[in-house]
Parts: sequence; C-alpha cells; structure tokens
Amino acid sequence: MLRYIGRRLLIAIPTLLIVSVLVFALQQLLPGDPVLTMAGEERDPAVLEFLREKYRLNDPVPIQYVVWLGEVLRGNLGISLRTDIPVLELVLSKLPVTIELAILAMIVALLIGIPAGIISAVKKGTTVDYAANVVALSGLSIPNFWLGIMLIMLVSVRWQLLPASGYVPPTEDLWLNIKTMIMPAIVLGTGLAGSLMRHTRSAMLGVLRSDYIRTAKAKGLLSRAVILKHALRNALIPIVTLSTLLFGELLAGAVLTEQIFTIPGFGKLVVDAVFNRDYAVVQGVVLCTAVGFIAMNLLADVLYVLVNPRLRHAA
Amino acid sequence: MKRLTLMALAAGLLMSTAVSAQTLRIGLQEDPDVLDPHRARTFVGRIVFTSLCDKLVDITPDLKFVPELATEWQWADDGKTLTFKLRPGVKFHDGEPFNAAAVKANIDRARTLQDSLRKSELTSVESVEAVDELTVALKLSRPDAPLLSQLSDRAGMMMSPKALAAADFAQKPVCSGPFKFVERVQNDRIVLERFKEHWNAKEYNFDRVVFTPIPDTTVRLANLQSGDLDILERLAPSDIAAVKGDAKLTFAPVTGIGYQGLTINTNNGDRAKSPLGSDKRVRQAFELSIDRDVINEVVGQGIFIPAGQPFPLASIYTNEKYAPRKRNVEKAKQLLKEAGVDRVKFEIAFGNSTTTQQINEIIQAMAAEAGFDISLRPTEFAALQKEAQGGNFDVNQIGWSGRVDPDGNIHQFVTCKGGLNDGRYCNPEVDRLLNEARITNDETKRKQLYDSAQAILQDELPIIYVYYQTWPFAHTKKVQGFKAYPDGMIRLKGVKLAS
Repeated sequence: MLRYIGRRLLIAIPTLLIVSVLVFALQQLLPGDPVLTMAGEERDPAVLEFLREKYRLNDPVPIQYVVWLGEVLRGNLGISLRTDIPVLELVLSKLPVTIELAILAMIVALLIGIPAGIISAVKKGTTVDYAANVVALSGLSIPNFWLGIMLIMLVSVRWQLLPASGYVPPTEDLWLNIKTMIMPAIVLGTGLAGSLMRHTRSAMLGVLRSDYIRTAKAKGLLSRAVILKHALRNALIPIVTLSTLLFGELLAGAVLTEQIFTIPGFGKLVVDAVFNRDYAVVQGVVLCTAVGFIAMNLLADVLYVLVNPRLRHAA
Repeated sequence: MKRLTLMALAAGLLMSTAVSAQTLRIGLQEDPDVLDPHRARTFVGRIVFTSLCDKLVDITPDLKFVPELATEWQWADDGKTLTFKLRPGVKFHDGEPFNAAAVKANIDRARTLQDSLRKSELTSVESVEAVDELTVALKLSRPDAPLLSQLSDRAGMMMSPKALAAADFAQKPVCSGPFKFVERVQNDRIVLERFKEHWNAKEYNFDRVVFTPIPDTTVRLANLQSGDLDILERLAPSDIAAVKGDAKLTFAPVTGIGYQGLTINTNNGDRAKSPLGSDKRVRQAFELSIDRDVINEVVGQGIFIPAGQPFPLASIYTNEKYAPRKRNVEKAKQLLKEAGVDRVKFEIAFGNSTTTQQINEIIQAMAAEAGFDISLRPTEFAALQKEAQGGNFDVNQIGWSGRVDPDGNIHQFVTCKGGLNDGRYCNPEVDRLLNEARITNDETKRKQLYDSAQAILQDELPIIYVYYQTWPFAHTKKVQGFKAYPDGMIRLKGVKLAS
C-alpha cells in the first residue's frame, strides 16, 4: 500500500510541472497589462517602468517561469501585486475557509444524495422514485447564484434569521461561523446532491439486480440488511470516486457561491486575481489547487482499495 | 403555545448576534488594494484612508478647502512657496508626534519613492523645508494651482515616519486619523478602531469601523436590508426604488466630481483615420444624436445628471455656456451631409456591466436615427485599458472619478502628452491654455483660461461628456448625521448610530 502511494506521488511531480507551465503560458494570453491595471487611474510612465522591472515583467516568459519555479521550490510563492500580501499567506488564510465550506457542502450533498438515491432505487418506478428524481434534477438545474440570492432575500432580509453574507472564523465565534456557512453549504450541497443521487441510484439498481442479492433475499434476510449491508457496500465504489472528485472541485473554489455570500475563499481569491491581473496570486492558487486535486484523486484510489477487498491484492 | 415560545426562543438565539451599537459596518464595492496612500490607486482604498489617515487639508461639500492637520496655509506672492502652519499636539497612532519633520518625511517619500503613484501629483515640489516645529514650507519650481487639492487627498495624507521604515507598512498602516488600523483579511474585511488620542476624538462616535467588500450590488443591498451593514456605497440605479420604498433605509445620493464620457480616437494609430476620428463635424453630429436625459431617466433612474463638460456642477470653473446640448437629429444629419458622409460606422468599447451595456445600447439606438451604425464591444476592464492606450478603439465609453481641482479633470485627458489622453488628441493652443491655467492661482484669470480651452474643445469634441457620476449611498435609518460628499468619500465626523 505504501509503495503504491509512493509511486502515485512520484507521478504527481510531472503533472504539477505541466500544470504550472500551462498556467504560466495561458496567463500570457490574457489581454491587458498587469502594471497598467495596477496603476489604475494614475499612469506615471516612470512608475509603470519601475513596476515592470520589479516584477520582472520585461524578462522573456521562459526566464520569468524559471525564476518563479526556483522561488516556489524554495517555498516562496511571491507576493500579491495588488495588496503586497505574500501569496502563501493568502493561500493559507483562504484554504481553511474553502475546506470548511467544501466539507459542509459535501455533508449536505451526502445527507441528501445517498439516502435519496437508495430510496429511489429500492422503490424504482413508484411515485417516491419520481419525486426524488424531480428534487435531484432541480438541485442540479437551479443555478447557484439564483438560489443564493433567493435564500438571502428570504432567510436574511425577510425573516432576518441568518446573516446575509460574510465569514467569521470558527476560532473567533463558532456559532456565528456556522450561521454564516449554512446558506452557502446548502446552495453548494443541493447542487451536488443531484448528481450523487443519480449515481447512487444507478449503482444500487445495478447491484440489486445481481444474483447474490437475490440469494440473500431468498435466504430470508431482512430487506434492510440486504440493502444496506450487501447492496450499498458494493454500490459505494463509484459513489466514493464521484464524491472525492466533487470534493476536489469544491476545493478549487465555488466561485459564484463565494462571490454571492462574500466568503473569502479560493474561488473569490482567484477570480479577483484574474480580473486584477495579479499573476503571482493566480499562479500560486492554481498550483495549490492542482496539488489538492492530485491529493483527492489519490485519496479516491486509496478509499477504493479500502472499500473493495478485490482491489487490495492488485495494489 | 409551548411551540410558539420555543420558536421565539430559537429565533432570538439566531438573532442574538447583533453587533454592539458602537460598531459601524460599511459595505464597499470591491476590496481595496495596498493600504499605503502613496502607492494606492483604488477609490475604495481612499474611502478607508478617509477614516484612517488625516490629510493636511480637507474639502467641504462645496469643494472649498478647510483645515485638517494644517490649521492655515499661505501662498508666496510669486506662487512658488506654499507655507503650512501645523496643528499642535497631534499624534500618530504609534504615539509619534506629528510635526514639520513628519510632513517633510511624508512629502519627500511621496515624490521620491520609486513606485509612488503620487509622484506625478507633486512634480512642482522642489524641496520641503521644516521652518520650525510646526511650520513647513513647500518650495516649488513653478506656481502650481492644483497642489492644494492634491494635498487634500492621498498626497497630503500623513503617515508615521517611524512606521514608514517598516517593509510591510502597507499591511499595518500607521497614520494619525480618527481610527487606527486593527486587521485586514483580504477580500473579507478591514477593521479600524477608535484612536482615543486623536486631536478631534470627541467628534467621532464609533469604537470600531468595519469595511466589508461585497462586489455584488444585490447582495450588498440585501446586507443593508438584513441589518448586516449600516452604510453602503454605490447602490445600483435599478435598486434605488427598493431603497426608497423601504421604511428602514435612507437613500443618500450626491452628485460627484467625476463624469462618464465617450473618448474618441482622433489621433492614436490607424483607427483614428475614420470619418469620426478625422472630422469634427461627424463628432458634433454624433453628440447631437444623443439625448442625455433619456439615459438619465431610463438607465440612471434620475442619478445620471447630464454633463456637457468635464468640470463638476459644484465647481466655479463650470461654464453655463457649455450645458449639455439638446438632441437634434435634423442638425446631426445636416452636419453629416456637410462632412460628405452618408452613414458612419464605428464601434464603442466599454467595461462590461449591466449599466454600461444599457447606456451604450441606448446610444446605439439614438445615433442610428441620425445615420450612425454603431457596433458595441463590451470588454473586461483590464483589457479595455490596454487597448485604449494602444489605440485599438474607435470610441471608448469610460469614466473618471474626478478631482477637486479642475486641472485633474481635464489636463491629462486632452493635452498632447497627457497620460490619460487615450485618443491622443493634440492641439498646441489647448496645451498652452491648460498649462497656463495650471500655474495661475488667480481664480478669475484661471477661469478665463479654462473657458478659452473649452471653446476649442467643445468645437473639436475629442471627448463627449455624457453624465456626471452620482455617488449613490444608502444607509439604515439608524445612521444619523451622515453627509455624502461630492468626492464620494465617507467622512464619519459627527455620524452616530441611534440605539
């Protein structure tokens, strides 16, 4: 198992290098000039030139890349052109926020998606199945920003039950933290619950048709035991993969949701950085996101092995 | 009944987060950039500085200068020395004394720091002399009429010289304003707290001021409605009715000192070689095809006050003669005929937003009736800036946040080498007049110079001014004593929260 993980980690290195080259190259294609953007309404040519030199924007792109990579290897992701804050500090301060939001959203998604999937598979073709499908599809198809604004209007403005937006760290005020995260977690979670439900349903249906389930039923096992112990366990494999990948996506930043609820996470950081042509931040965030994605993929594979004994030998 | 009590209890728990009345929460449209007045560039950054950093002089709502850190000032007869008497007993947030040496350190930094964006505002300053503890003299290479207005903004903000030595000043700014810096969480909040030793502390009523960037206008308003904010800046015109109809909210707009206009490429690269760029009659016709009142009523809901010139309505340099021209399609067609063109094709580029899209669609439709075939190109803002500078545009619909001194609203846009003159309009006579206005301190003479320059510019139309930017503030009824200033800043002197 350890060797397997080690091998996977080694493969991750070239992946990260390719990602960083791509980000660097793509950034050059963005229209606009970071220095001009930074100078805003003031455009003193001498200052613009100084800034270009300071951030090495006059150097050829490959040189810029090598310099950047050298710094990254030494643990320095650079500083934000816009705010002077070190990129590593920005990333580290946003990461817990994004992770918290991702976990909460995932909990919402799992709590809705898996039970709904199981029920609709077991009650296939009944009203319950159709109802679950309608709910899942609406979760998938309602745009996050619309649901977000509607929730704010209703829960915060009309009923004044929860803060409309913002973020408070759990270390500062746990209760307030939960209150600010409820709505964004619901918005993100319901969006994901749809696909989870669909996948759970089809995986369950596949398993429920198999011979050993029929045997188990024939043996006279309780139907709850058959469903939860025999069927669900085997149906879990694709669900685990999907969940970890969805989680990886959540880590990359729930851009719209963070924007609406003004949650200072990864998504908002990277969107603002792109608009402000804050190259150092874009690069740093993309690199960290890529690391996160690779880690989630690895985790998915490890979980796979744990859930499915057949794969243990292969590993 | 029991259930009702439980529900009430739950609701009470959920709502018990109401922040103490001593905290004022302000919603900003975006997150400010570096918190160093000499290097900062954003409008929202200036709003934060207004509470954080005192300036040498401040302005009144009618754009007159009033004492702040300087109690009085005087120009030498030759206009080449500006002497300030400083307020005694002022301290910076770190306890350092504010004096002539501090002023010298600040102004010297602003004009020499390599990435200072204030350098171009202080070009006339040759040296700064600390005459005595509380007197400082700015020696100039030439008279500089706009200088005082520069010192009423970021160039005149005073930071603790001791703190300036720190490399991370921008992350822990130390000034002498009524509130001092506590913390900043990027994209989330900037927190200031009362500076008890401020020279005018009794006029300020809040223990804390929290600035929260909320870019989405709908969400910003929702935060105000739900009580999570006390004041917000830049309400969307489409939300004005909602605020006016809400018994708990107050709409507090003020006509600003900036404008929105159409910059025409008259001389920047190949795209200037068009009927619109090369023939002033075509530009005059284009202007006559636009009805600014329609833009104001339809898109602006009454806050896009029609503009015909760069100077704000509150300014004494505004000339009634150049009030916005009324729409006249017949005359526009006539002018096109004289220019020998039938239909004119061009493109308007603009920073993409719902409001700008609506404005330009209206302009497109109105101008079509006079003979203009306009295509629209919404562009992301950073790209727009770059293309404007490179001359890759026919017409740019772009705004200017405005400066208190008239020079700031005109010189760099229409002089041959002006840094913001994207269309590269160049007329030596305009240059001469505007350069002279810069070094003329006498108001009457100065106004004559601007009038003469305007006579040329209104005829040649390198920029068509469309409307004055209004700063639409909204606040809860609990906020008392708030007065909106034309520069769009939020001054907290005398503002309080009713319990």
